[in-house]
Amino acid sequence: MENSLDPASTLLEVRGISKSFGAVRALQEVDFTLRAGEIHALLGENGAGKSTLIKVVTGVFPRDAGTVRLGGEEVAPRSAKAALQAGIATVYQEVNLLPNLSVAQNLFLDRQPMRFGIVREGAMRRRAKALLADFGLDIDVAAPLGSYSVAVQHVTAIARAVDLSARVLILDEPTASLDRHEVEVLFGIMRQLAKRGIGIVFVSHFLDQVYEISDRITVLRNGRLVGERETASLSRLELIRMMLGRELAETTSARASATEHKAREICASFEGYGKAGYVAPFNLELRHGEVVGLAGLLGSGRTETARLVFGAERADRGQARVEGASVRLQSPRDGVRHGFGYCPEERKTDGIVAELSVRENIVLALQAKRGLHRPLSRREQDEIARRYVKMLDIRPSDPERPVGLLSGGNQQKVLLARWLATSPRLLVLDEPTRGIDVGAHAEIIRLIRELCDDGLALLVISSELDEIVTYSDRVVVLRDRAHVEELAGEAIDVGNILAAIAADGVSLAREGRA
Amino acid sequence: MKGLPPALITALVLVAGFALCAMQFPNIASTRVVGNLLTDNAFLGIVATGMTFVIISGGIDLSVGSVIGFTTVFVALAIERWGVPPLVAFVAVLALSAAFGAAMGAVIHVFDLPPFIVTLAGMFLARGASFLLSTESVPITAPVYSTVSDFALRMPGGGRLTAVAIIMLVIVIGGALLLHLTRFGANVYALGGSRATASLMGVAVGKMTVKIYMLSSLLAGIAGIVFSFYTSAGYSLSAVGVELDTIAAVVIGGTLLTGGQGSVIGTFLGVLIQGLIQTYINFDGTLSSWWTKIATGVLLFAFIALQQGLVALARRPVRKSAGATS
Repeated sequence: MENSLDPASTLLEVRGISKSFGAVRALQEVDFTLRAGEIHALLGENGAGKSTLIKVVTGVFPRDAGTVRLGGEEVAPRSAKAALQAGIATVYQEVNLLPNLSVAQNLFLDRQPMRFGIVREGAMRRRAKALLADFGLDIDVAAPLGSYSVAVQHVTAIARAVDLSARVLILDEPTASLDRHEVEVLFGIMRQLAKRGIGIVFVSHFLDQVYEISDRITVLRNGRLVGERETASLSRLELIRMMLGRELAETTSARASATEHKAREICASFEGYGKAGYVAPFNLELRHGEVVGLAGLLGSGRTETARLVFGAERADRGQARVEGASVRLQSPRDGVRHGFGYCPEERKTDGIVAELSVRENIVLALQAKRGLHRPLSRREQDEIARRYVKMLDIRPSDPERPVGLLSGGNQQKVLLARWLATSPRLLVLDEPTRGIDVGAHAEIIRLIRELCDDGLALLVISSELDEIVTYSDRVVVLRDRAHVEELAGEAIDVGNILAAIAADGVSLAREGRA
Repeated sequence: MKGLPPALITALVLVAGFALCAMQFPNIASTRVVGNLLTDNAFLGIVATGMTFVIISGGIDLSVGSVIGFTTVFVALAIERWGVPPLVAFVAVLALSAAFGAAMGAVIHVFDLPPFIVTLAGMFLARGASFLLSTESVPITAPVYSTVSDFALRMPGGGRLTAVAIIMLVIVIGGALLLHLTRFGANVYALGGSRATASLMGVAVGKMTVKIYMLSSLLAGIAGIVFSFYTSAGYSLSAVGVELDTIAAVVIGGTLLTGGQGSVIGTFLGVLIQGLIQTYINFDGTLSSWWTKIATGVLLFAFIALQQGLVALARRPVRKSAGATS
C-alpha cells in the first residue's frame, strides 16, 4: 500500500451534508473531517444520524446538499460499489460477505488470479493466506467463511476492503458481537492500518472502547453536528452531555414539586426481576398517576427493561406483581391481559400497519384483546376511532386515511390511541418523541402528562434528558444493562442524570485524575 | 471442495443401489447395461448440468422440458420439410434456445421477477411454439441420424458407449470444470449466497443472470438434439415434465434448492440413480414403470431432509479456532 499522504493531512472532508426522508430531516448541514492515519469515533444516540451520514457519504442514499472531498478531490459515488472504487470502504455490523464461499474466494471474488481462464486456486489461497497473515490471522482459507466466528468474518471483510486499496475505512459497530479478546485483536489491526495512513471511522456505542482506540470524536444529535473534539481532552461527562443534553439548561422536574407521590397506589411492581445476559435484576415500582423515566445511553438496557416489563421478553428470575397479585409475564399476550400497553421504538416496523387506516390501527389491540369471536362492530369501531382522533387531536382527522400517509407525530398518536382504547393501567413508551417534529414533541409531552393525571401509570424511555426531566416523577438511570440509580423529586435534573450515567467507581476516579 | 460431502452421499447411495440390484440381477453389473444407462439418460444428464448452474445461483428453470420439445420439432421440420442441412439446423436451434434463455434471464434481472414465474411463462411459450410448428410426430430420416445412432465405442464386456453418451459425458465434465474452476463458476455460487451481497462485492449480477439462464437453455437445446437422435423423430409432446425430473436429479445430487451449494458431479450421480431405478424396474419386468416416480419421490424426500439437517448443522455457531496471533 502506498503511503504518499502526510499523516496529519485531511483525507475525507464532508461539508454541509443535508438529507431528508419525506418531512423528516435526518441530517442538517453536517460537517465531518477525517485525517489520514487517524481513528475517528462517530458517536450519537439512535436516530442521531450516524448511519444516514455513512450511507450518504458512501452513496447508498443520494444527498440533498453538501460536498464530499476525498484527498482534496470532490467525489459523489452513486452506490456502495462506486464508493469502494473511489477508496471508501464500509464494513457493517452484519458482515457483507458470502458465508457459502471459501475465505479465499470471498477475499478475491471477481478478481481471482487467472491463467487461461482458469482460477489459480493455489495462488489465490497463497495470496489470501499472506493477506490475512498481515492481520494476525492464520486460518484454512479454503474453508467456507460461514464456518468461522463473526470476528474472523469481520477481519476478512476488513482485509478485503483494505486490499481493494481503501483509503477510508468505515467500521459500523464492528465490536458489537465480539468478545473482549477479539476486540483487542481488532483494535490491533485498526492501529496498524492507521499507521499505514488509512483513515478509520469508528462507530460504536461502547464508550470505553471509544476512549481506548480513537484519536478524535465527532458527536451528532438529532441530525446535527454537536461538535468535534480530541479524545484525550474530552471528559466522559462532557461527551455524554454532548450526546444527550439538548441545551445545558438545568431544568428540574416541573411535576416533582407539584405532586405527592408516595401516597399513590402501586400499579405494578417488579422485585429482583431480570434475565441473565439481558438485564441485571432490578426492583421497580410503577404507581398510578406517575411517570417513571428510563434514562441511559443506547444499549444500556432501557428497551430491554421495557420489554421485560411488558412480557415481550421472558424474565428468568424475580417476581412481578400487578395490583398486589403475583403474575407471570411470559408473552406480550400476558402483558395485554394484565392491562399493559407497549409503544415500541421502531414504530414503522414494530408498531403501525402503514397500509391500514387510522381506524383499523386504533382498534387493533382492542380487537386482539377481545378475541376473534367477539368482533367489534363497524359502528363501535367508528365511535372509538372518532373519540381518539378528537381526544389526541390526530390530523388529518379522517379516520379512514391510511396511517402511512400521516406525519411521524400523528403516527405516534395513533399508536397511543391503539393502547388507550384497551383502557390499560400501565403504558410503556419507548422513545415516543423520536423522529417527529418539534411541535409534535411538545404535544406528545402534554399528552403524557394528561394521561398520567387520569391515573395511568407510565414508563417512558427517552434519550432526550430534558424531556425526561420535564415529565418524570421518578427517573431510573441505567448503565451497562443494570439499573444504577433512581432519582426522585428535587434530585431529578439533567446534571444528576448525566453524572449517574457517566460515573461508576472506576470512571469517576479517571475523571478525577483528568 | 464445497458441495462434495452431499455429493459423496449421493455416490454412496448409487453404489449401494447398484450393488443391491446386481445381487438380485447379476446381469446388471455389465458394461452393456451401464452403456445403455448412459445412453438412455444422456439428454437428462445434459439438461441437468445446466439446471445445476441455475439452482446453485438461487434460481430455477422450468422451461427446459419445453425447450427440448421445441428443439426436436424444429430440427425435424427443418431437416425433413424445409430441406435445411442438419448441421445448419442444429446451429440455428441452439442460437434460438440460447437467445430464449438470455431473454428469460434479462426479464428476471431487469424486472426483478421470481425466476419461477418467468420460466413458467417460458415453459408455456416454448411448448406452445412447438405445437404451432407441428402437432404430430415428424420422423427424421436424414442419413446423419443413422450414422450418429450407429456410432459407438466398444467397451470391454460388449457394452457400447454411444455418441449421445459421449456428448453427455463431455458436457458433464465441461460443466464441472466451468463451475468449479472459473471465475464464472465462483460468481454462480456468489449469486446463490446472496444477490445483494454479491452485487456489493462487485459481481455483475445482471450479466451473470443472463448468462446462467442462457447456459441452461443452450444445454436444453443440446439435450433436445440428443433426444431427437435418440428417438429419430420430432414431437411437440416429447419431454413433458422433464424439468421436474431434472430438478429431482439436481437435488438428489446434493445441490441446495435455495442456492449457494452444489456440484455438477453430484447432479450426474443423481441422474444415474434415476436411471438405475428405471433399469431395475425393466429387469424385474413385473413392476409398473411408474414405480420409478415413486422411488424418485422417496429419494427426493430423503435428500431434502438430509439437506435441512446439514443446513441446521451449519447454522449452529461452529467456531473454528481463529488462530489470531497479534
